[in-house]
Amino acid sequence: MEIPRHWRLKKQRYALVGEVCPHCDAKIFPPRDVCPECGDEAKTLFEFSGRGEVYSYTTLSNAPAGYQASAPYTVALVKLDEGPMVTAQLTDIGEQDVEIGMPVEMVTRKLRSEGDDDRGMLVYGYKFRPMELQQLAAAAD
Amino acid sequence: MTDKVSENLLLKPSRPVGIVGYGAYVPRYRLPAKEISRIWTGGTGGVPIQEKSVPGPDEDTTTMSIEAARNALARAGIDPEEIRAVWVGSESHPYAVKPTSTIVAEALGVVPFTQAGDWEFACKAGTEAMVAAMGLVGSDMAKYALAIGMDTAQGRPGDALEYTASAGGAAFLLGPAEESVAVIESTLSYVTDTPDFWRREYQKYPEHGQRFTGEPAYFKHISSAAQSYLDATGTTAEDYQYAVFHQPNSKFPSRVAGQLGFSKEQIATGLLVSVIGNTYSGAAIIGLTAILDVAEPGDRILMVSFGSGAGSDAFGIRVTERLPERRDLAPKTQTYIARRTEIDYATYSRMRGKLVLK
Repeated sequence: MEIPRHWRLKKQRYALVGEVCPHCDAKIFPPRDVCPECGDEAKTLFEFSGRGEVYSYTTLSNAPAGYQASAPYTVALVKLDEGPMVTAQLTDIGEQDVEIGMPVEMVTRKLRSEGDDDRGMLVYGYKFRPMELQQLAAAAD
Repeated sequence: MTDKVSENLLLKPSRPVGIVGYGAYVPRYRLPAKEISRIWTGGTGGVPIQEKSVPGPDEDTTTMSIEAARNALARAGIDPEEIRAVWVGSESHPYAVKPTSTIVAEALGVVPFTQAGDWEFACKAGTEAMVAAMGLVGSDMAKYALAIGMDTAQGRPGDALEYTASAGGAAFLLGPAEESVAVIESTLSYVTDTPDFWRREYQKYPEHGQRFTGEPAYFKHISSAAQSYLDATGTTAEDYQYAVFHQPNSKFPSRVAGQLGFSKEQIATGLLVSVIGNTYSGAAIIGLTAILDVAEPGDRILMVSFGSGAGSDAFGIRVTERLPERRDLAPKTQTYIARRTEIDYATYSRMRGKLVLK
């Protein structure tokens, strides 16, 4: 059972809460309490904007256990505006092709059910979607 | 009814309350009504709306509430830790036991010093939460309270409700009137025990009480709440630039508006059902967000919700001069509606879990 792990990770999973280094101002995700840039202690919480771009991506047809219901789906390395790289599913892609450099934004979605589909705890966390709403709003103005 | 009694029917906070921030959410998928008709009636007969919104497979009332609430907070520009209540009204909470609201509060950074609760009253759970939030802020117990109405409605395959049962809703951060984009002047509720629509525990799809749906339920409660509100406040339809009523289909809200003396123009901005369907707990309030996206300072809005079982909440809302500068801080409701991917019935069946896999 992984319920304790999901519970421990909820802040970073729900809202991309990482850390900022008080010594060199590096933004850190996932949080690890030690700055990967300067090696000093870094425990100050920092909520990321959720914006970034696709660094690379791949589409999975054979999904691992727990994710079969979502297959096929696209996983991307997303370079956040603040610097760190995160791995996450892309969602709400619509008809457009995923491209390297495509601007994306974080959304909180249902990742899977822990254990039994109908009885297990629902696991929520970040995914990324194309920055489409902003484009549509700009087109409407 | 004497004027004094009539005036006492109004729920009016002792400290003026308003909407400090608002946000909508509509998922991107659309199922045209004629596609449902193609499956079940061979494409013959009329359809009640053009198309309905369908949530993606990774969406539910929790995730949709989080996005609408993030939009409300973006417009409000306040520190989430100042919020003392997160209330989510829905008839499609993902869990039977375990609150939607704690997950939403956690994602928004409101925890831990807050009220959190899930509200239920068929389609009026969202406005029920709004009235409660008015009470919390209006009594000075809290500065800010977040009220959400959100649903991923399910209709039995082939049932009349399948054409309209959709997904979406809105979030409202209520707070002091002096910080608000729109002041909620007062509200009034009208409730009776009416067997028009229900879903028993453990049942996936709702039942409806045949002829109870129209006159004794929707029309009786909305028109009684609205007319009593107009009488108690000494206003008429002409005093409002906009009106929005619960919208289970296009016909009902248009007809009740006419009965109450509102014109087509007054209800056009908030009438979204033909392009997104009936969002249940979100239906009246997402119409309000579309109105706030375009209304001008000084405009007055009448909103009347309806929930089966049955009851209506009527609200009188007045737009302040803060609205124009705040509404561009989050995506507008029409932008969500413009973001659209059409799906067929087979894709819909998979996405909504209608296929038996084991």
